[in-house]
Amino acid sequence: MSWFRRSKENIAAETQKKEIPDGLWTKCDACGEIIHKKELQKNFFTCSKCNAHFRVGSEEYLAVLLDEDSFKESDKKMRSGDPLKFVDTKKYRDRTNDAIKKTRLYDALRWGTGTIKDLPVVLAVMDFSFIGGSMGSVVGEKIARAVDKAWKTKTPLIIVSSSGGARMMEGALSLMQMAKTSAKLTRLADVRKPYISILTDPTTGGVTASFAMLGDVIIGEPNALIGFAGPRVIKQTIGKDLPPGFQRSEFLLEHGFLDMVVHRRDMRDTVHSILTHLA
Amino acid sequence: MAKMILDFEKPILELEKKVEEMRRYADNPDIAQEIARIEKRVRQLQQSVYSGLTRWQKVQMARHADRPYTLDYIQLMTTDFVELHGDRAFKDDKAIVGGLARIGDTSVMIMGQQKGRDTKSNVYRNFGMPNPEGYRKAMRLMKLAEKFGRPVITLLDTPGAFPGLEAEERGQAEAIARNLFEMARLRVPIIVVIIGEGASGGALGLGIGDRILMLEYAWYSVISPESCSSILWRSWEYKEQAAEALQLTAPDLKKQGIIDAIVPEPLGGAHRDHQQMAAILKETLLQELKALKKLKPEKLVERRIDKFSRMGVTVG
Repeated sequence: MSWFRRSKENIAAETQKKEIPDGLWTKCDACGEIIHKKELQKNFFTCSKCNAHFRVGSEEYLAVLLDEDSFKESDKKMRSGDPLKFVDTKKYRDRTNDAIKKTRLYDALRWGTGTIKDLPVVLAVMDFSFIGGSMGSVVGEKIARAVDKAWKTKTPLIIVSSSGGARMMEGALSLMQMAKTSAKLTRLADVRKPYISILTDPTTGGVTASFAMLGDVIIGEPNALIGFAGPRVIKQTIGKDLPPGFQRSEFLLEHGFLDMVVHRRDMRDTVHSILTHLA
Repeated sequence: MAKMILDFEKPILELEKKVEEMRRYADNPDIAQEIARIEKRVRQLQQSVYSGLTRWQKVQMARHADRPYTLDYIQLMTTDFVELHGDRAFKDDKAIVGGLARIGDTSVMIMGQQKGRDTKSNVYRNFGMPNPEGYRKAMRLMKLAEKFGRPVITLLDTPGAFPGLEAEERGQAEAIARNLFEMARLRVPIIVVIIGEGASGGALGLGIGDRILMLEYAWYSVISPESCSSILWRSWEYKEQAAEALQLTAPDLKKQGIIDAIVPEPLGGAHRDHQQMAAILKETLLQELKALKKLKPEKLVERRIDKFSRMGVTVG
Protein backbone atom coordinates (compact mmCIF):
# COMPACT_ATOMS: atom_id res chain seq x y z
CA MET A 1 0.00 0.00 0.00
CA SER A 2 2.86 2.37 -0.63
CA TRP A 3 2.23 5.72 -2.27
CA PHE A 4 4.06 5.05 -5.53
CA ARG A 5 2.21 1.85 -6.23
CA ARG A 6 -1.08 3.61 -5.92
CA SER A 7 -0.19 6.51 -8.19
CA LYS A 8 0.91 4.11 -10.89
CA GLU A 9 -2.57 2.74 -11.24
CA ASN A 10 -4.48 6.02 -10.70
CA ILE A 11 -6.72 6.99 -7.83
CA ALA A 12 -9.79 4.94 -8.64
CA ALA A 13 -7.85 1.70 -8.47
CA GLU A 14 -7.37 1.78 -4.73
CA THR A 15 -11.08 1.60 -4.07
CA GLN A 16 -11.25 -1.61 -6.05
CA LYS A 17 -8.26 -3.30 -4.54
CA LYS A 18 -9.69 -5.13 -1.60
CA GLU A 19 -13.03 -6.16 -2.96
CA ILE A 20 -14.02 -9.79 -2.83
CA PRO A 21 -12.29 -11.72 -5.59
CA ASP A 22 -14.09 -13.95 -8.06
CA GLY A 23 -11.47 -16.67 -8.48
CA LEU A 24 -10.73 -19.50 -6.09
CA TRP A 25 -7.54 -17.95 -4.75
CA THR A 26 -6.76 -14.45 -3.75
CA LYS A 27 -3.71 -12.57 -2.57
CA CYS A 28 -3.70 -10.46 0.56
CA ASP A 29 -2.71 -6.93 -0.40
CA ALA A 30 -1.11 -6.29 2.95
CA CYS A 31 1.16 -9.33 3.35
CA GLY A 32 1.02 -11.15 0.01
CA GLU A 33 -0.42 -14.32 1.50
CA ILE A 34 -2.31 -16.49 -1.01
CA ILE A 35 -5.64 -17.41 0.54
CA HIS A 36 -8.30 -19.83 -0.64
CA LYS A 37 -11.74 -18.28 -1.06
CA LYS A 38 -13.38 -20.70 1.39
CA GLU A 39 -10.73 -19.94 3.96
CA LEU A 40 -11.24 -16.21 3.45
CA GLN A 41 -14.97 -16.54 3.90
CA LYS A 42 -14.53 -18.62 7.03
CA ASN A 43 -12.31 -15.86 8.39
CA PHE A 44 -14.95 -13.19 7.73
CA PHE A 45 -12.89 -11.89 4.81
CA THR A 46 -9.82 -11.16 6.87
CA CYS A 47 -6.31 -12.46 6.23
CA SER A 48 -5.49 -15.37 8.50
CA LYS A 49 -1.82 -14.44 8.44
CA CYS A 50 -1.75 -10.66 8.95
CA ASN A 51 -5.34 -9.89 10.00
CA ALA A 52 -5.90 -7.43 7.16
CA HIS A 53 -9.61 -6.73 6.76
CA PHE A 54 -10.85 -6.98 3.18
CA ARG A 55 -13.57 -4.60 2.09
CA VAL A 56 -16.90 -6.39 2.05
CA GLY A 57 -20.40 -5.47 0.94
CA SER A 58 -23.64 -5.30 2.87
CA GLU A 59 -24.50 -8.94 2.14
CA GLU A 60 -21.31 -10.15 3.83
CA TYR A 61 -21.67 -7.77 6.77
CA LEU A 62 -25.25 -8.80 7.43
CA ALA A 63 -23.93 -12.36 7.73
CA VAL A 64 -21.19 -11.18 10.11
CA LEU A 65 -23.67 -9.59 12.52
CA LEU A 66 -27.10 -11.13 12.22
CA ASP A 67 -28.66 -14.50 13.03
CA GLU A 68 -29.04 -16.54 9.87
CA ASP A 69 -32.09 -15.63 7.77
CA SER A 70 -33.25 -13.03 10.28
CA PHE A 71 -32.79 -10.00 8.01
CA LYS A 72 -35.92 -8.40 6.62
CA GLU A 73 -34.98 -5.64 4.21
CA SER A 74 -37.02 -2.46 3.75
CA ASP A 75 -37.11 -0.02 0.84
CA LYS A 76 -34.93 -2.35 -1.18
CA LYS A 77 -35.56 -0.67 -4.52
CA MET A 78 -35.34 2.95 -3.44
CA ARG A 79 -33.17 4.88 -5.88
CA SER A 80 -31.96 8.39 -6.50
CA GLY A 81 -34.29 10.86 -8.18
CA ASP A 82 -31.38 12.72 -9.86
CA PRO A 83 -32.79 16.07 -8.68
CA LEU A 84 -30.16 18.23 -10.42
CA LYS A 85 -30.05 16.26 -13.71
CA PHE A 86 -26.34 16.28 -12.99
CA VAL A 87 -23.83 15.83 -15.79
CA ASP A 88 -20.03 15.81 -15.52
CA THR A 89 -18.02 13.67 -17.92
CA LYS A 90 -20.93 11.26 -17.62
CA LYS A 91 -24.61 11.64 -16.76
CA TYR A 92 -25.39 10.89 -13.13
CA ARG A 93 -28.39 8.90 -14.35
CA ASP A 94 -26.03 6.64 -16.36
CA ARG A 95 -23.64 6.42 -13.45
CA THR A 96 -26.35 5.12 -11.11
CA ASN A 97 -27.73 2.75 -13.76
CA ASP A 98 -24.25 1.33 -14.37
CA ALA A 99 -23.67 0.96 -10.65
CA ILE A 100 -27.01 -0.82 -10.25
CA LYS A 101 -26.06 -3.26 -13.01
CA LYS A 102 -22.57 -3.83 -11.68
CA THR A 103 -23.39 -4.23 -8.00
CA ARG A 104 -26.99 -5.49 -8.17
CA LEU A 105 -27.77 -2.96 -5.48
CA TYR A 106 -29.98 0.12 -5.85
CA ASP A 107 -27.85 2.51 -3.84
CA ALA A 108 -25.03 2.60 -1.29
CA LEU A 109 -26.99 1.47 1.78
CA ARG A 110 -29.42 -1.27 2.76
CA TRP A 111 -31.52 -1.32 5.89
CA GLY A 112 -33.96 -3.56 7.65
CA THR A 113 -34.63 -5.47 10.85
CA GLY A 114 -33.03 -8.63 12.18
CA THR A 115 -31.78 -10.34 15.31
CA ILE A 116 -28.39 -10.77 16.96
CA LYS A 117 -28.48 -13.86 19.17
CA ASP A 118 -32.25 -13.36 19.29
CA LEU A 119 -32.04 -9.68 20.26
CA PRO A 120 -34.05 -7.61 17.76
CA VAL A 121 -32.14 -4.77 16.07
CA VAL A 122 -32.62 -2.26 13.28
CA LEU A 123 -29.61 -2.47 11.02
CA ALA A 124 -28.27 -0.34 8.18
CA VAL A 125 -25.17 -1.32 6.21
CA MET A 126 -23.34 0.68 3.56
CA ASP A 127 -21.85 -0.62 0.31
CA PHE A 128 -18.61 1.03 -0.75
CA SER A 129 -18.85 -0.62 -4.17
CA PHE A 130 -21.84 1.60 -5.07
CA ILE A 131 -20.33 4.95 -6.22
CA GLY A 132 -17.78 4.90 -3.41
CA GLY A 133 -20.44 4.44 -0.75
CA SER A 134 -21.39 8.06 -1.26
CA MET A 135 -24.30 9.56 0.63
CA GLY A 136 -27.04 11.15 -1.44
CA SER A 137 -30.78 11.37 -0.91
CA VAL A 138 -31.26 7.58 -0.82
CA VAL A 139 -28.67 6.89 1.88
CA GLY A 140 -30.02 9.82 3.90
CA GLU A 141 -33.67 8.78 3.53
CA LYS A 142 -32.93 5.14 4.36
CA ILE A 143 -30.99 6.10 7.48
CA ALA A 144 -33.85 8.42 8.45
CA ARG A 145 -36.33 5.57 8.05
CA ALA A 146 -34.11 3.15 9.97
CA VAL A 147 -33.90 5.67 12.84
CA ASP A 148 -37.67 6.17 12.71
CA LYS A 149 -38.21 2.42 12.89
CA ALA A 150 -35.83 2.08 15.85
CA TRP A 151 -37.48 5.08 17.52
CA LYS A 152 -41.06 3.90 17.05
CA THR A 153 -40.42 0.27 17.98
CA LYS A 154 -37.90 1.18 20.70
CA THR A 155 -35.29 -1.09 19.17
CA PRO A 156 -31.49 -0.65 19.19
CA LEU A 157 -29.95 0.71 15.99
CA ILE A 158 -26.74 -0.43 14.35
CA ILE A 159 -25.18 1.32 11.35
CA VAL A 160 -22.16 -0.08 9.52
CA SER A 161 -20.43 2.68 7.55
CA SER A 162 -18.06 2.62 4.59
CA SER A 163 -18.12 5.74 2.50
CA GLY A 164 -16.08 8.31 0.65
CA GLY A 165 -18.46 11.01 1.89
CA ALA A 166 -21.37 12.97 0.50
CA ARG A 167 -22.37 12.37 -3.14
CA MET A 168 -21.35 15.34 -5.29
CA MET A 169 -23.91 14.60 -7.98
CA GLU A 170 -26.81 15.64 -5.78
CA GLY A 171 -25.19 18.94 -4.77
CA ALA A 172 -26.42 20.67 -1.63
CA LEU A 173 -29.13 18.02 -1.20
CA SER A 174 -26.36 15.51 -0.40
CA LEU A 175 -24.94 17.93 2.16
CA MET A 176 -28.37 18.16 3.77
CA GLN A 177 -28.41 14.40 4.32
CA MET A 178 -25.79 15.03 7.02
CA ALA A 179 -28.25 17.36 8.72
CA LYS A 180 -31.19 15.04 8.17
CA THR A 181 -29.56 11.90 9.59
CA SER A 182 -28.10 13.77 12.59
CA ALA A 183 -31.42 15.50 13.35
CA LYS A 184 -33.29 12.20 13.24
CA LEU A 185 -30.85 10.61 15.67
CA THR A 186 -31.85 13.12 18.36
CA ARG A 187 -35.25 11.41 18.48
CA LEU A 188 -33.71 8.00 19.14
CA ALA A 189 -31.66 9.58 21.92
CA ASP A 190 -34.91 10.85 23.46
CA VAL A 191 -36.27 7.31 23.92
CA ARG A 192 -32.93 6.06 25.28
CA LYS A 193 -32.33 3.26 22.85
CA PRO A 194 -28.72 2.55 21.95
CA TYR A 195 -27.18 3.38 18.59
CA ILE A 196 -23.99 1.48 17.81
CA SER A 197 -21.89 2.87 14.97
CA ILE A 198 -19.44 0.51 13.26
CA LEU A 199 -16.81 2.12 11.04
CA THR A 200 -15.14 0.09 8.31
CA ASP A 201 -12.51 0.97 5.73
CA PRO A 202 -12.92 3.70 4.57
CA THR A 203 -15.27 6.05 6.42
CA THR A 204 -14.59 9.67 5.46
CA GLY A 205 -16.17 13.04 4.68
CA GLY A 206 -19.82 13.78 5.26
CA VAL A 207 -20.64 10.35 6.64
CA THR A 208 -17.99 10.61 9.35
CA ALA A 209 -19.05 14.21 10.05
CA SER A 210 -22.64 13.14 10.71
CA PHE A 211 -24.25 9.87 11.80
CA ALA A 212 -21.07 7.75 11.87
CA MET A 213 -19.53 9.85 14.69
CA LEU A 214 -22.77 10.08 16.69
CA GLY A 215 -22.98 6.52 18.02
CA ASP A 216 -23.52 5.94 21.74
CA VAL A 217 -20.77 3.42 21.17
CA ILE A 218 -18.43 3.74 18.19
CA ILE A 219 -16.44 0.73 17.01
CA GLY A 220 -13.74 0.68 14.32
CA GLU A 221 -12.45 -2.27 12.35
CA PRO A 222 -8.66 -2.70 12.54
CA ASN A 223 -6.69 -0.35 10.30
CA ALA A 224 -9.81 1.24 8.77
CA LEU A 225 -9.27 4.72 7.31
CA ILE A 226 -11.50 7.10 9.24
CA GLY A 227 -11.47 10.88 8.89
CA PHE A 228 -13.05 14.08 7.71
CA ALA A 229 -10.68 15.22 4.98
CA GLY A 230 -9.03 12.60 2.79
CA PRO A 231 -5.29 11.97 3.31
CA ARG A 232 -4.45 13.30 -0.15
CA VAL A 233 -6.08 16.67 0.57
CA ILE A 234 -4.37 16.96 3.95
CA LYS A 235 -1.01 16.12 2.44
CA GLN A 236 -1.49 18.84 -0.18
CA THR A 237 -2.58 21.35 2.46
CA ILE A 238 0.28 20.88 4.87
CA GLY A 239 2.86 20.00 2.23
CA LYS A 240 4.29 17.19 4.32
CA ASP A 241 4.07 13.42 4.39
CA LEU A 242 1.57 12.08 6.85
CA PRO A 243 2.81 10.01 9.79
CA PRO A 244 2.33 6.24 9.53
CA GLY A 245 -1.02 5.07 10.85
CA PHE A 246 -2.55 8.55 10.50
CA GLN A 247 -6.39 8.43 10.34
CA ARG A 248 -6.46 4.70 10.96
CA SER A 249 -8.74 3.13 13.60
CA GLU A 250 -5.93 2.70 16.11
CA PHE A 251 -5.01 6.38 15.69
CA LEU A 252 -8.59 7.44 16.39
CA LEU A 253 -8.76 5.14 19.39
CA GLU A 254 -5.58 6.72 20.73
CA HIS A 255 -6.99 10.23 20.23
CA GLY A 256 -10.26 9.39 21.94
CA PHE A 257 -12.69 9.18 19.03
CA LEU A 258 -13.44 5.45 19.06
CA ASP A 259 -14.57 3.32 21.96
CA MET A 260 -12.74 0.29 20.64
CA VAL A 261 -11.14 -1.43 17.68
CA VAL A 262 -12.64 -4.85 17.11
CA HIS A 263 -11.65 -7.69 14.76
CA ARG A 264 -14.46 -8.58 12.39
CA ARG A 265 -14.74 -12.12 13.74
CA ASP A 266 -15.47 -10.70 17.22
CA MET A 267 -17.85 -7.99 16.03
CA ARG A 268 -21.08 -9.94 16.57
CA ASP A 269 -20.13 -10.97 20.12
CA THR A 270 -19.02 -7.44 21.00
CA VAL A 271 -22.18 -5.80 19.67
CA HIS A 272 -24.32 -8.38 21.43
CA SER A 273 -22.51 -7.79 24.68
CA ILE A 274 -23.03 -4.01 24.46
CA LEU A 275 -26.70 -4.50 23.66
CA THR A 276 -27.21 -6.73 26.70
CA HIS A 277 -25.89 -3.85 28.83
CA LEU A 278 -27.84 -1.02 27.21
CA ALA A 279 -30.92 -2.34 25.43
CA MET B 1 -12.96 52.26 -3.91
CA ALA B 2 -12.85 48.57 -4.71
CA LYS B 3 -9.51 46.90 -4.25
CA MET B 4 -10.59 43.87 -6.19
CA ILE B 5 -12.28 44.14 -9.57
CA LEU B 6 -13.98 41.21 -11.23
CA ASP B 7 -13.96 41.03 -15.05
CA PHE B 8 -17.64 41.69 -15.41
CA GLU B 9 -17.44 44.66 -13.04
CA LYS B 10 -14.85 46.49 -15.16
CA PRO B 11 -17.09 48.26 -17.73
CA ILE B 12 -19.39 49.46 -14.95
CA LEU B 13 -16.56 50.80 -12.81
CA GLU B 14 -14.98 52.52 -15.81
CA LEU B 15 -18.19 54.39 -16.58
CA GLU B 16 -18.58 55.33 -12.94
CA LYS B 17 -15.07 56.71 -12.93
CA LYS B 18 -15.86 58.77 -15.98
CA VAL B 19 -18.96 60.21 -14.28
CA GLU B 20 -16.87 61.13 -11.27
CA GLU B 21 -14.34 62.96 -13.42
CA MET B 22 -17.05 64.85 -15.28
CA ARG B 23 -18.64 65.97 -12.02
CA ARG B 24 -15.72 68.36 -11.56
CA TYR B 25 -17.14 70.35 -14.45
CA ALA B 26 -20.77 69.89 -13.49
CA ASP B 27 -21.54 73.63 -13.49
CA ASN B 28 -21.46 73.45 -17.28
CA PRO B 29 -25.08 72.61 -18.35
CA ASP B 30 -23.95 70.51 -21.34
CA ILE B 31 -21.82 68.35 -19.12
CA ALA B 32 -24.56 67.99 -16.52
CA GLN B 33 -26.78 66.58 -19.24
CA GLU B 34 -24.03 64.23 -20.36
CA ILE B 35 -23.56 63.04 -16.77
CA ALA B 36 -27.24 62.19 -16.47
CA ARG B 37 -27.03 60.27 -19.73
CA ILE B 38 -24.04 58.22 -18.62
CA GLU B 39 -25.50 57.57 -15.21
CA LYS B 40 -28.55 56.12 -16.88
CA ARG B 41 -26.28 53.92 -18.97
CA VAL B 42 -24.48 52.75 -15.84
CA ARG B 43 -27.76 51.68 -14.27
CA GLN B 44 -28.84 49.88 -17.43
CA LEU B 45 -25.49 48.17 -17.70
CA GLN B 46 -25.59 47.12 -14.05
CA GLN B 47 -29.03 45.70 -14.44
CA SER B 48 -28.12 43.70 -17.51
CA VAL B 49 -24.81 42.45 -16.05
CA TYR B 50 -26.19 41.43 -12.66
CA SER B 51 -29.34 39.82 -13.96
CA GLY B 52 -27.28 37.66 -16.29
CA LEU B 53 -24.55 36.41 -13.98
CA THR B 54 -23.52 32.81 -14.48
CA ARG B 55 -23.23 30.53 -11.46
CA TRP B 56 -19.46 30.78 -11.52
CA GLN B 57 -19.66 34.59 -11.58
CA LYS B 58 -21.87 34.44 -8.51
CA VAL B 59 -19.25 32.27 -6.81
CA GLN B 60 -16.74 35.03 -7.60
CA MET B 61 -19.10 37.61 -6.09
CA ALA B 62 -19.40 35.49 -2.94
CA ARG B 63 -15.61 35.51 -2.67
CA HIS B 64 -15.14 39.20 -3.43
CA ALA B 65 -12.38 40.53 -1.19
CA ASP B 66 -14.42 43.62 -0.28
CA ARG B 67 -17.52 41.68 0.67
CA PRO B 68 -18.77 42.24 4.24
CA TYR B 69 -17.74 39.48 6.65
CA THR B 70 -19.29 38.26 9.91
CA LEU B 71 -17.73 40.96 12.12
CA ASP B 72 -18.80 43.67 9.66
CA TYR B 73 -22.40 42.55 9.93
CA ILE B 74 -22.19 42.31 13.70
CA GLN B 75 -20.81 45.83 13.85
CA LEU B 76 -23.33 47.28 11.42
CA MET B 77 -26.46 45.45 12.57
CA THR B 78 -26.09 45.15 16.34
CA THR B 79 -25.20 47.11 19.44
CA ASP B 80 -23.47 46.16 22.70
CA PHE B 81 -21.54 43.29 21.14
CA VAL B 82 -19.64 41.27 23.73
CA GLU B 83 -17.32 38.79 22.06
CA LEU B 84 -16.90 35.48 23.87
CA HIS B 85 -13.86 33.30 23.32
CA GLY B 86 -12.71 29.72 23.52
CA ASP B 87 -14.11 26.20 23.63
CA ARG B 88 -13.12 25.64 27.30
CA ALA B 89 -11.17 22.57 26.22
CA PHE B 90 -8.34 23.40 23.86
CA LYS B 91 -8.13 26.96 22.54
CA ASP B 92 -9.83 29.91 20.90
CA ASP B 93 -10.34 29.40 17.18
CA LYS B 94 -10.00 32.73 15.37
CA ALA B 95 -11.83 31.39 12.30
CA ILE B 96 -15.13 31.43 14.19
CA VAL B 97 -16.22 34.51 16.13
CA GLY B 98 -19.26 34.94 18.29
CA GLY B 99 -20.84 36.57 21.27
CA LEU B 100 -23.80 38.38 22.76
CA ALA B 101 -25.28 41.31 20.89
CA ARG B 102 -28.45 43.34 20.67
CA ILE B 103 -30.38 43.51 17.42
CA GLY B 104 -33.29 45.92 17.65
CA ASP B 105 -34.13 45.43 21.30
CA THR B 106 -33.49 41.67 21.39
CA SER B 107 -30.41 40.11 22.96
CA VAL B 108 -29.10 37.34 20.73
CA MET B 109 -26.11 35.03 20.45
CA ILE B 110 -24.58 35.80 17.08
CA MET B 111 -21.67 33.95 15.50
CA GLY B 112 -20.08 32.95 12.22
CA GLN B 113 -16.94 32.03 10.35
CA GLN B 114 -14.60 35.00 9.95
CA LYS B 115 -12.31 35.60 6.98
CA GLY B 116 -9.44 38.07 6.89
CA ARG B 117 -9.10 41.09 4.59
CA ASP B 118 -5.39 40.88 3.85
CA THR B 119 -2.61 38.34 4.12
CA LYS B 120 -1.87 39.10 7.75
CA SER B 121 -5.46 38.93 8.93
CA ASN B 122 -6.13 35.93 6.73
CA VAL B 123 -3.33 34.03 8.42
CA TYR B 124 -4.75 35.10 11.79
CA ARG B 125 -8.24 33.92 10.75
CA ASN B 126 -6.92 30.83 8.94
CA PHE B 127 -8.78 32.09 5.83
CA GLY B 128 -12.07 31.44 7.58
CA MET B 129 -11.39 27.70 7.83
CA PRO B 130 -12.32 26.50 11.31
CA ASN B 131 -10.64 23.79 13.36
CA PRO B 132 -12.64 21.48 15.66
CA GLU B 133 -12.29 23.90 18.58
CA GLY B 134 -14.10 26.52 16.49
CA TYR B 135 -17.16 24.32 16.15
CA ARG B 136 -16.92 23.45 19.85
CA LYS B 137 -16.71 27.12 20.78
CA ALA B 138 -19.80 27.77 18.66
CA MET B 139 -21.63 24.94 20.42
CA ARG B 140 -20.63 26.29 23.81
CA LEU B 141 -22.10 29.67 22.90
CA MET B 142 -25.28 28.05 21.62
CA LYS B 143 -25.69 26.12 24.87
CA LEU B 144 -25.22 29.38 26.72
CA ALA B 145 -27.95 30.96 24.59
CA GLU B 146 -30.21 28.01 25.31
CA LYS B 147 -29.63 28.30 29.04
CA PHE B 148 -30.66 31.95 29.05
CA GLY B 149 -33.39 31.63 26.41
CA ARG B 150 -31.71 33.81 23.79
CA PRO B 151 -32.13 33.23 20.03
CA VAL B 152 -29.11 32.20 17.99
CA ILE B 153 -28.05 33.78 14.68
CA THR B 154 -25.31 32.12 12.66
CA LEU B 155 -23.59 33.67 9.63
CA LEU B 156 -22.00 31.18 7.25
CA ASP B 157 -18.94 32.17 5.23
CA THR B 158 -16.17 29.62 4.81
CA PRO B 159 -14.18 27.91 2.06
CA GLY B 160 -14.42 24.77 4.21
CA ALA B 161 -13.40 23.23 7.53
CA PHE B 162 -9.61 23.18 7.78
CA PRO B 163 -8.19 19.96 6.29
CA GLY B 164 -5.12 19.78 8.50
CA LEU B 165 -3.32 17.10 10.45
CA GLU B 166 -4.13 18.51 13.88
CA ALA B 167 -7.74 19.14 12.87
CA GLU B 168 -8.08 15.42 12.21
CA GLU B 169 -6.30 14.51 15.45
CA ARG B 170 -8.75 16.62 17.41
CA GLY B 171 -11.77 15.20 15.63
CA GLN B 172 -12.95 17.61 12.94
CA ALA B 173 -15.63 15.12 11.89
CA GLU B 174 -16.85 14.58 15.44
CA ALA B 175 -17.01 18.31 16.13
CA ILE B 176 -19.16 18.95 13.06
CA ALA B 177 -21.37 15.90 13.65
CA ARG B 178 -21.93 16.94 17.27
CA ASN B 179 -23.00 20.43 16.17
CA LEU B 180 -25.51 19.03 13.67
CA PHE B 181 -26.97 16.84 16.41
CA GLU B 182 -27.09 19.47 19.14
CA MET B 183 -28.29 22.29 16.88
CA ALA B 184 -31.18 20.08 15.73
CA ARG B 185 -32.49 19.92 19.27
CA LEU B 186 -31.47 23.31 20.68
CA ARG B 187 -34.48 24.74 22.53
CA VAL B 188 -34.16 28.33 21.29
CA PRO B 189 -34.77 29.78 17.81
CA ILE B 190 -31.87 29.52 15.34
CA ILE B 191 -31.63 31.64 12.21
CA VAL B 192 -28.94 30.71 9.70
CA VAL B 193 -27.73 33.15 7.03
CA ILE B 194 -25.35 32.11 4.27
CA ILE B 195 -23.58 35.44 3.70
CA GLY B 196 -20.73 34.37 1.38
CA GLU B 197 -19.26 30.94 0.82
CA GLY B 198 -21.12 27.93 2.15
CA ALA B 199 -18.61 25.20 1.48
CA SER B 200 -19.76 21.80 2.57
CA GLY B 201 -19.57 20.39 6.10
CA GLY B 202 -17.44 23.29 7.27
CA ALA B 203 -20.38 25.62 6.66
CA LEU B 204 -23.10 23.17 7.69
CA GLY B 205 -21.41 22.81 11.09
CA LEU B 206 -23.14 26.10 11.98
CA GLY B 207 -26.01 25.56 9.55
CA ILE B 208 -28.94 23.85 11.29
CA GLY B 209 -31.78 26.23 12.06
CA ASP B 210 -35.46 27.08 12.01
CA ARG B 211 -35.01 29.53 9.15
CA ILE B 212 -32.28 29.30 6.52
CA LEU B 213 -31.66 32.56 4.66
CA MET B 214 -29.21 33.14 1.87
CA LEU B 215 -27.82 36.32 0.37
CA GLU B 216 -28.47 36.81 -3.33
CA TYR B 217 -24.84 36.24 -4.38
CA ALA B 218 -23.77 33.62 -1.86
CA TRP B 219 -23.14 29.99 -2.74
CA TYR B 220 -23.80 26.83 -0.75
CA SER B 221 -23.00 23.28 -1.76
CA VAL B 222 -21.50 19.93 -0.91
CA ILE B 223 -18.14 20.87 -2.47
CA SER B 224 -16.48 23.88 -4.10
CA PRO B 225 -16.65 24.05 -7.92
CA GLU B 226 -12.84 23.73 -8.12
CA SER B 227 -12.66 20.58 -6.00
CA CYS B 228 -15.64 19.11 -7.82
CA SER B 229 -13.89 19.79 -11.12
CA SER B 230 -10.67 18.16 -9.92
CA ILE B 231 -12.46 15.00 -8.79
CA LEU B 232 -15.07 14.47 -11.51
CA TRP B 233 -13.23 15.99 -14.47
CA ARG B 234 -9.79 15.15 -13.08
CA SER B 235 -8.67 18.71 -13.85
CA TRP B 236 -9.00 22.11 -12.17
CA GLU B 237 -10.12 23.66 -15.47
CA TYR B 238 -13.83 22.79 -15.35
CA LYS B 239 -14.89 24.97 -12.43
CA GLU B 240 -17.46 26.87 -14.54
CA GLN B 241 -19.14 23.63 -15.63
CA ALA B 242 -18.93 22.26 -12.10
CA ALA B 243 -20.62 25.39 -10.72
CA GLU B 244 -23.42 24.96 -13.25
CA ALA B 245 -23.81 21.24 -12.51
CA LEU B 246 -23.81 21.72 -8.73
CA GLN B 247 -26.61 24.33 -8.87
CA LEU B 248 -25.24 26.16 -5.88
CA THR B 249 -26.76 29.66 -6.07
CA ALA B 250 -29.52 31.12 -3.90
CA PRO B 251 -32.31 30.65 -6.50
CA ASP B 252 -31.10 27.04 -7.04
CA LEU B 253 -31.25 26.26 -3.34
CA LYS B 254 -34.64 27.88 -2.98
CA LYS B 255 -35.91 25.61 -5.74
CA GLN B 256 -34.39 22.56 -4.04
CA GLY B 257 -36.23 23.40 -0.83
CA ILE B 258 -33.03 23.87 1.18
CA ILE B 259 -33.30 27.57 2.00
CA ASP B 260 -36.40 29.48 3.09
CA ALA B 261 -35.70 32.91 1.61
CA ILE B 262 -33.26 34.88 -0.51
CA VAL B 263 -32.01 38.15 0.97
CA PRO B 264 -31.55 40.69 -1.87
CA GLU B 265 -28.22 42.51 -2.15
CA PRO B 266 -27.68 46.12 -3.21
CA LEU B 267 -27.25 46.56 -6.98
CA GLY B 268 -23.77 45.32 -7.84
CA GLY B 269 -23.50 43.16 -4.74
CA ALA B 270 -22.98 43.46 -0.99
CA HIS B 271 -19.39 44.73 -1.42
CA ARG B 272 -20.66 47.89 -3.16
CA ASP B 273 -22.56 49.06 -0.09
CA HIS B 274 -21.92 47.47 3.31
CA GLN B 275 -24.34 49.81 5.13
CA GLN B 276 -27.25 49.08 2.85
CA MET B 277 -26.58 45.35 2.88
CA ALA B 278 -26.47 45.28 6.67
CA ALA B 279 -29.67 47.33 6.86
CA ILE B 280 -31.51 44.92 4.56
CA LEU B 281 -30.31 41.90 6.53
CA LYS B 282 -31.09 43.49 9.88
CA GLU B 283 -34.66 44.23 8.81
CA THR B 284 -35.09 40.63 7.61
CA LEU B 285 -33.66 39.21 10.84
CA LEU B 286 -35.96 41.34 13.00
CA GLN B 287 -39.00 40.04 11.14
CA GLU B 288 -37.82 36.44 11.37
CA LEU B 289 -37.06 36.75 15.10
CA LYS B 290 -40.51 38.15 15.74
CA ALA B 291 -42.18 35.21 14.02
CA LEU B 292 -40.04 32.58 15.77
CA LYS B 293 -40.54 34.04 19.25
CA LYS B 294 -44.16 32.89 19.15
CA LEU B 295 -43.22 29.21 19.02
CA LYS B 296 -42.76 27.03 22.11
CA PRO B 297 -39.41 25.23 22.39
CA GLU B 298 -40.95 21.76 21.83
CA LYS B 299 -42.72 22.94 18.69
CA LEU B 300 -39.58 24.70 17.47
CA VAL B 301 -37.46 21.56 17.79
CA GLU B 302 -40.10 19.32 16.25
CA ARG B 303 -40.50 21.60 13.26
CA ARG B 304 -36.74 21.94 12.83
CA ILE B 305 -36.18 18.18 12.73
CA ASP B 306 -39.11 17.70 10.34
CA LYS B 307 -37.80 20.47 8.11
CA PHE B 308 -34.47 18.72 7.52
CA SER B 309 -36.13 15.29 7.37
CA ARG B 310 -38.01 16.36 4.25
CA MET B 311 -34.87 17.22 2.28
CA GLY B 312 -33.88 14.85 -0.51
CA VAL B 313 -35.31 13.36 -3.69
CA THR B 314 -35.78 9.59 -3.95
CA VAL B 315 -37.76 7.24 -6.16
CA GLY B 316 -39.49 4.03 -5.03
